[in-house]
Formats: sequence, structure tokens, C-alpha cells
Amino acid sequence: MLRAEGIQKNFGAEGVLKGISLQVNKGEVVALIGPSGSGKSTLLRCLNQLERVNGGAIYLDDLCMCSTENGRVQYAPEATLRQIALRMGMVFQSFNLFPHMSVLKNLIDAPVHVQRVPKGKAIERARALLDKVGLADKADQYPHQLSGGQAQRVAIARALCLQPEILCFDEPTSALDPELTQEVLAVMRGLAAERMTMVVVTHEMGFARDVSHRVVFMEDGDVVEEGPPSAVFASQNPRTRQFVGK
Amino acid sequence: MDFKYFNDPERLLKLVSLFLEDGVGATCSIFALTLMLSLPLGLVVALGRMSKMPLSRWPVSFYIYFMRSTPLMLQVMCIYFLLPQILPFKMDRYWAVIFAFAINYAAYFAEIFRGGIQAVPIGQREAGRVLGYTRAQVFMRIVLPQTVKHVMPAVTNEVVTLVKDTALASTVAITEIMLTARRQVNANYTVEPYLMAMIIYLVLNGVASQLCKLAERKLNYY
Ligand SMILES: Nc1ncnc2c1ncn2[C@@H]1O[C@H](COP(=O)(O)OP(=O)(O)OP(=O)(O)O)[C@@H](O)[C@H]1O
Ligand SMILES: [Mg+2]
Repeated sequence: MLRAEGIQKNFGAEGVLKGISLQVNKGEVVALIGPSGSGKSTLLRCLNQLERVNGGAIYLDDLCMCSTENGRVQYAPEATLRQIALRMGMVFQSFNLFPHMSVLKNLIDAPVHVQRVPKGKAIERARALLDKVGLADKADQYPHQLSGGQAQRVAIARALCLQPEILCFDEPTSALDPELTQEVLAVMRGLAAERMTMVVVTHEMGFARDVSHRVVFMEDGDVVEEGPPSAVFASQNPRTRQFVGK
Repeated sequence: MDFKYFNDPERLLKLVSLFLEDGVGATCSIFALTLMLSLPLGLVVALGRMSKMPLSRWPVSFYIYFMRSTPLMLQVMCIYFLLPQILPFKMDRYWAVIFAFAINYAAYFAEIFRGGIQAVPIGQREAGRVLGYTRAQVFMRIVLPQTVKHVMPAVTNEVVTLVKDTALASTVAITEIMLTARRQVNANYTVEPYLMAMIIYLVLNGVASQLCKLAERKLNYY
């Protein structure tokens, strides 16, 4: 359902993404792994329109976010971009909850003001999601009162509250200690079991191996290897072996 | 020292009511109008200052530099004497003062707001963008509310300064506290009206800073 073709991204003269292609199918969990600086975050940010690509094309089903002709990148009109953005969600390493809003307000604000969902319905949806991530009792708290693991679960619920078709995660557990990591991973496992389409940048090899359907190993702005976890984790490729073996 | 007012409750009361009739009102209204105009104007100026377009950024930077680098008293005088010669209509001296104060304070507030806006982590905007908020919504719903909390202490400082700065209106003969005091001093050969003016400024600023503290506490819910 999500297709990125030949994505190039430069920061100044430095090429960070060197023509990466990635396809994500409905209901699939794709794990993006690779060493620091390989461009995983940048790729995710391009998919979520936080960065503009310097080349390549991105499609969500039949909607074209951007394409390249004769070396010129053409982005879709604003309305299409918003339409695409609303069908995709993103969870950040640093949670990025809105500190001035209660947990419940964090969840319902975008549905109410962006999607024009009636407030009562949004609250209903939000409470169900908070219940799902095990934080039903935190609805009226503020983000600073939450632990890191709780904050990240709220951030996941906030992204889900817009009912996206694809959820992207950028190292969702890197800021958390091992115990809290597990509670976040449990929520993500639950989503995978419900066939939520997910793209997960992660250093959690256990998660990549056990939960994802496909592992993409990136290095230096390119895909080195991709395939089912069983194949990638048993790879003969020396770079992959070295990375997943550690 | 020989007191004419402070040893006679009746005359003292008369002096107080004189200030209340002729001075406190003008001081308070200059204060309030300046705040009401310069706070929103300052926000607009801050946005212009942060614009990506040099055509907006450069003139706005110069405006801020100008307002903060020349004495407010001089600005009041220039606007009072020069503006009527440029404008096709007559500008009341009171409004000339309000105008001068508003554009001066807007420049200070703009710098405060700019700092406050930049202090909101970039991740907040990015979270807003991926949640589908428009640029305007990101600003109004996410950035601005956090900016307000951040700038409160600096704004409080400006508020306190503004209460005192209203005395500059006396330079173009607006009958506010300062001018009333000076007239009374000259007429009665005693500095006691000056002392009274000081007490009144103290009271006004006591109230103003308490109100600001209250607002700050209200914003401390997160
Ligand atoms: N805004 C930016 N400006 C300039 N260079 C950048 C920017 N963002 C990323 N880079 C560079 O792009 C490269 C890839 O960064 P990216 O964050 O995508 O890597 P990553 O795979 O996510 O790494 P990590 O595992 O450390 O998060 C790095 O060399 C980084 O320095
Ligand atoms: Mg990263």
C-alpha cells in the first residue's frame, strides 16, 4: 500500500539516502534496522513529509505524494499531501506529547480540529484507545506526570486516534530503560496481532525477529539486504551478519 | 522637615483624591491601552522578524533595533510633534502617546515572544504536522500556548516597567500622575506630592505584579 521508489535525500552536499526503495503491504510489519547514521530516521521522515526528498517517488495506494521527472521533484498539491498525511501516523523517539494538554486532550485534539470528528465521538474513541494501551486511568493527567513508557504509550494512542492506515515508529523505545521498553513493545505486539500496518525503526533485534514480517537492513543510505526475519538474521552477507550478530 | 500634607489627614485625603481625579485614571488608561495594543502587535512583529522572507525580516529587524535603541521619551516627542505634520488629520496628544508607547513596547514584546517561540522544541511542531494540523493550527494550538507560559516572567518585567514609563506622557502635557505631582509641588512649595506619587506607583505596581503572578500560577498547571 505504501511504495517509495528511488528516494534520494541530501543534506547539503552529503547524500543521506541514495536511491532507496521500500514497499509496505497492508497488514505488514516492516522493521528498519541499521547502524547509526545509516538514514533510517531520514527515510521515515521523508515518508511522513517532515523532510522533502531530492529525488524518487512516494505513493500511498494510488495517491502520489511526490514523483521525479527529468531530475525535478514534483510534490502533490497541498490537499493531497494532507490527505496522505492523515492516513499515516508517526511515533517519535522523544514522544513529543503536548505538555499543555491533558492526556485525553492530546488524543482528541487532532481528531476534533483536523478531522472534524464530533467531540463526544472522539472522546469515546480516545478512552477506548487509552484502555487498550493500559492507561485508562491517566486520561486527566498531564504528560509530565507520566513515566517514559506511559508517555510513549499515550503517544501511540494519540497517533491511533486519527485512525491511520500505516503507523511509523522511529526508535520508540530508545529513550526508555529495559522495563519500560517491554511495556511499549507489548503494545506494539498487540497492534501487529491486529494486523496494523507498521514501519518500525528499531534497535530491538528481538522485536524485529519475532514480530516483523520483513526486515530491511540499511547502511550508508542504501538497503543492504531485506527479507523475512529468518532469512536476514541467518544472512551470509558479512555486513548484515556483523550487525545482527552483536 | 516641615510637612504640609502628611501631618494633616484631611489635606492628605484631599491630595489623594486630587491624584485619583486627575492622574491615576490617565496613567491606568495609558498602561492598559498600551498593553492591549502592544501585546498582539508584538506577536505579529515577532512573526515578521522570524519570517523566512528577507523582505519582511530586514525591515522588521530594523524597526526593533530602532525602537530599542532610542529613548522612549524622544520617540514620544517625535511622534507628538512630527506625526501631525505628516498625517492629514489631527492626532490628539493622548493618542500620540498611546501610539508611541504601543509601537515601542511591541518591539520589546516581539523579542520576548521570539525567544519564547524558539524555545518550543522542534519536536512539538513535527508532532503537530504528522497529526495533520495546518501550519496555522500548529502555531495557535501547540506553539503559542507553550510560548505564553515561557514568556510570562519576561512579560511581567515589561509590565512593571510600563507602569513607570507612563510618567513619560507628562513630557507632552498629559495629566497623569507625574504631571499632577509636579504641578502640586510647584504650586505648594513642598515635595510631598512627589512622595505621594511614589506611593501611588508602588501601589499600582504592587497590584500589577500580583496580577502577573496570578497569571503565572494559572499557567503552572503543567
Ligand atoms: N537535518 C539534518 N541536517 C544535516 N544532516 C542531517 C540531518 N538529519 C540527519 N542528518 C545526517 O544524515 C545522516 C543519517 O541520519 P539519520 O538520523 O537518518 O540516521 P539514523 O539511521 O536514523 O541513525 P540513528 O540510528 O542514530 O538514529 C547522518 O549522517 C546525519 O548526520
Ligand atoms: Mg534515527
